[in-house]
Amino acid sequence: MTDVSAPATPPFRLSMLVYDRRYRSMTFQVIVFVLVMAFGWWLVNNTIQNLQALGKDFNFGFLFQRAGYDLPQTPIPYTSDDTHLRAAIIGLMNTVIVSILGCIAATIVGVVVGVARLSNNWLFARLMTVYVEIFRNIPLLLWILIIYALFTEILPAPSAYRGEDPAWSMVLFDNVALTNRYTSIPALGLTNDPGSLELGARVSVSWALIAFMVVLIGGWMVRTALHKRAQQIQDATGQRPTTWWQTLAVMTVPSLFLIWFFGLHLLPPELKGFNFSGGMNVDNSFVVLWLALTLYTGAFIAEIVRAGILAVSKGQSEAAFALGLRPRRTMNLVILPQALRVIIPPLISQFLNLTKNSSLAIAVGYMDLRGTLGGTTLNQTGRELEAMVLMMAIYLALSLIISAGMNVFNSRVKLKER
Amino acid sequence: MKKSVFLGTVAAATMVAGMGMADTLADVKARGELNCGVNTGLVGFAAPDANGNWTGFDVDVCKAVAAAVLGDSSKVKYVPTTGQTRFTALSSGEVDVLARNSTWTFSRDTDLKLDFVGVNYYDGQGFMVPKELGVTSAKELDGATICIQTGTTTELNLADYFKANNLSYSPVNIDSNAEGEQQYMAGACDAYTTDASGLAATRAAFADPENHVILPEIISKEPLGPAVRHGDSNWGDIVRWTLNALIAAEEYGVTSKNIEELVKSSQNPEVQRLLGVTDDLGAMIGLDKEWAKRAILASGNYGEIFAANIGEQTPIGLARGLNAQWTQGGLLYAPPFR
Repeated sequence: MTDVSAPATPPFRLSMLVYDRRYRSMTFQVIVFVLVMAFGWWLVNNTIQNLQALGKDFNFGFLFQRAGYDLPQTPIPYTSDDTHLRAAIIGLMNTVIVSILGCIAATIVGVVVGVARLSNNWLFARLMTVYVEIFRNIPLLLWILIIYALFTEILPAPSAYRGEDPAWSMVLFDNVALTNRYTSIPALGLTNDPGSLELGARVSVSWALIAFMVVLIGGWMVRTALHKRAQQIQDATGQRPTTWWQTLAVMTVPSLFLIWFFGLHLLPPELKGFNFSGGMNVDNSFVVLWLALTLYTGAFIAEIVRAGILAVSKGQSEAAFALGLRPRRTMNLVILPQALRVIIPPLISQFLNLTKNSSLAIAVGYMDLRGTLGGTTLNQTGRELEAMVLMMAIYLALSLIISAGMNVFNSRVKLKER
Repeated sequence: MKKSVFLGTVAAATMVAGMGMADTLADVKARGELNCGVNTGLVGFAAPDANGNWTGFDVDVCKAVAAAVLGDSSKVKYVPTTGQTRFTALSSGEVDVLARNSTWTFSRDTDLKLDFVGVNYYDGQGFMVPKELGVTSAKELDGATICIQTGTTTELNLADYFKANNLSYSPVNIDSNAEGEQQYMAGACDAYTTDASGLAATRAAFADPENHVILPEIISKEPLGPAVRHGDSNWGDIVRWTLNALIAAEEYGVTSKNIEELVKSSQNPEVQRLLGVTDDLGAMIGLDKEWAKRAILASGNYGEIFAANIGEQTPIGLARGLNAQWTQGGLLYAPPFR
């Protein structure tokens, strides 16, 4: 019985689209796809018709018109004569700055608090629980507003620093002034200024900064090479050479040389006229937003970290202790590497949340993307649809970039399965 | 597919943009209520009192329109709008008329597809500073921190003025007048800038109005007036002529007190036409004969409204100035009713 002929294929009938399992799933997918497309088309078409009825067109030309308004914080030079596009780019830069600094600080807060919640010190662990619960369960906008109110009401106006016997005085050896408008910190000055690299569009980077970056990255690479060599020697001979002073030297000596070479010094702020000048004024709106985002997201990250650590079975730490590892090394070498696999994926979504939450900046007048493109520009030009579409696209792109970056990191720490 | 869903969401969010294109007069009559966009709270112009009743100079415009159209000045739904939301609220059809100290500008009238139907207050932008600062002129504000409502024409005027005078400043962007007041009082800004009438109203609400001065410089022209959507000319006519009726009434001495008497006794043909005694002007804009009479009865003529809300007898204490009748040296000039 070797020549079993294949069963003859039954002729195709229309009812098979519903009753035949081979075709059914396809049928429904096609139907759903068509419906979704039709709905999408209807919405787009509706918008186009309504815009026509209003006599408005869909046009991004407004981005190249004169903006006409000033911005309080500008990472790159900006005046009211610049275009709406430049204002939007400055808004985007402000969003990115507060998001990156917020993510870094929130991670630090989250890891410290997450570990602290598992501490054996009863009082410490409970205090951290209180922090987490308070910040997680009150809306972020309220935190932003209350921290802003505290900054505005508690700190003095710059005029309080004036006079023979001022009500307030500067802290940190007369270098930092806290006011209800900004925190004035010293700026960095160079005695031998090497000039700066012009990147076009009135953006420039100081050569001194580039030199410092090169030296720091180079130092880090040398450090890595030193450690690798030490590891090789250890593997070969069992003796690890002492490297700490070499590491310290390559990391600090070139930088110290540059500081001496350029004559880097501090320019403390001075009260002139209405405000402090000479130093750098970090607006409270930025500090408040950054602080609120950090503390709020930090509380969520703390819970993620705690969950990650608890997810590592107790047997792991017991085994590590049995091998004679001390608690700190157990944490660093055994628990955290395994916990990271649990921690990273939810951490990505917290970073995304923080970035998107930064659009609450308008509550304190921090001019982020929402404040420039989606706020003043939208208002002055009346281009709601264009501004909103552009803003959504930018936030989407920003989130996808963060996701992609974190996914690369995740694939490096996740369990390698062979 | 993701893309179409994304576009769909965008479209859904903006779909309302075209919903107010129908006949606004018919809509308002069918609804039995006028949706009027007002300030979120600016004493004298539009603010709710302790019982939640809205009062103010702009509110009375809403009342007059409601009285003319619906025959009842209380049939108004007040929709508080911020500087940022006001025009979207109007063009999306959320409000029928926007009476919210909005400046009539070229781009708003054309590009934003609004129609400003007239001017109910000729204003200009000014600065308020605490007296203890010792500042007597806006030119002395070099380097100052200035609170400014974002999304307003004042933001642009401020940038222009400081640029023209070669002065520097740092703006503190705020979202509403209330927030501006709070920041200014806490000293987070040296000066607060907005329309001079708004400054007077804000100062009147302070516990210590005598410690704050409004600087003499007026740095811009701010003709404030009610606005409607572009494209419904009949509705625009109704709001325009309701405002004109209030202004004309003051010119001809028609007040809410003597109006009934004048309907019977006035021999002035203009007054007779205005009050619907002789001609039927109302029919030309789709209303009845007595529309203007009801509008004037709602809260009085322009002068009465001014005196009751922001005049010199009120805490806000604004003089008529530019807002006097043309016969008194002001700019108010209603075209003839014929």
